[in-house]
Amino acid sequence: MLVGGIALALFWAPEDANQGFSQKIFYVHVPIALTAYASFGFGAWKALRLLWTGGTHYDLESYTAIHIGVIFGLLTLVTGSIWAKISWGYWWTWGERQLVLFLILFLFYSAYFMLRYSTEPGPRRERNSAVYALFGVVLIPVSFLAVRIAGTILHPTIFTHEGANLPGSMLFAFCVCLAGMLALAATLYRVELAGKRADQSLRELRELLA
Amino acid sequence: MSRYAADVTALARKDLLLELRSRDTLPAMLLFVVSALAVFHFALPSGSSARAETGLLWIAIVFTALLGLTRAFSAEREQGLLDGLVLAPCDRSAIWLGKTIGVTAFLVLAEIVALPAFALFFHPLSWELVAAVALADLGIAAIGTLLAAIAAASRARELLLPLLFLPLAIPVVIGGVGASVGSNPASFLGFLGLYDAVFAILSWASFEYVVTE
Repeated sequence: MLVGGIALALFWAPEDANQGFSQKIFYVHVPIALTAYASFGFGAWKALRLLWTGGTHYDLESYTAIHIGVIFGLLTLVTGSIWAKISWGYWWTWGERQLVLFLILFLFYSAYFMLRYSTEPGPRRERNSAVYALFGVVLIPVSFLAVRIAGTILHPTIFTHEGANLPGSMLFAFCVCLAGMLALAATLYRVELAGKRADQSLRELRELLA
Repeated sequence: MSRYAADVTALARKDLLLELRSRDTLPAMLLFVVSALAVFHFALPSGSSARAETGLLWIAIVFTALLGLTRAFSAEREQGLLDGLVLAPCDRSAIWLGKTIGVTAFLVLAEIVALPAFALFFHPLSWELVAAVALADLGIAAIGTLLAAIAAASRARELLLPLLFLPLAIPVVIGGVGASVGSNPASFLGFLGLYDAVFAILSWASFEYVVTE
């Protein structure tokens, strides 16, 4: 599905008048970014369920979702930076709000991993990680707002790109790409979760044997 | 309700009394913020703009707060007091509120020294800056207290807290700097108020999960 979407994007959708071929990265970059948001949101939802119901299996699910989200977030930074280089000639520009937002989120969720690795496994770690994951999902809109209002003062020029007025064929290719990316993330999530669960039960077995 | 208020007052009073007797944290914060301002003077090339100086003031504030927050739960940890507090017949969020009030008081006291020192070393203060600092203090104390409790449960306590805290402090810095150098301070002050409200409610609601064993 993802391959089909990218093929559609490459060969079928019309080229952007200003940006030409480089605009094609839009079909990869934006779906990755949206998928990262979706993963963070899903992880926070699982974290909320953990605090609400106390079910310990939510911990691993939340962790895995955030893990996938961080991978997609990093990919967003990389593709966004490539796009910025091609369109504006800089690898990094603080004027691009989405990139700045993703940098903040990336730092935040890296700290989430540090928190997990430096706390002893147990109910305390599950709840602390869950609370921190919930903070992350609140941080997204708050930072978005912050970066948005700061954009007008700290950075004089803002690049506004791609409104909602995409031509039909571009929109269709974009939706296919988005669906493909979400499917990819869901598959990765399943695989990773199965791996982590196997890992955990293996460890429990070892402890039983030891 | 009045019981809750009495619990909070007692807890905040305990923190302030403890600090008054031991003088562990506040002198360190004061010395740190003044030294940091002195370092900034040498870090800035001569002829730097007032905007750059204001930006550095915000760095000093965030790091001073971090210094205080690292110590926020140290007394509880060393004496094993947190377990006692959790077992005490009071709402657990009262612990958070009492601690947050204590931390806010430390921050305000540190800034009562830091802001005049900044005005003396660099340039006069605007009322927007003072208002932004006051609003930022509330947000920093609210969120910092919760994160300090989270970090206290981990192995790398002092190391972990800055990592947890700084990404969440970025919006505070954006709001604070915007309010003190921007052309439209009201919207940034409003944003800081919103940040305080959102994260204070979230910390208040989630503190219970962080301290319960």
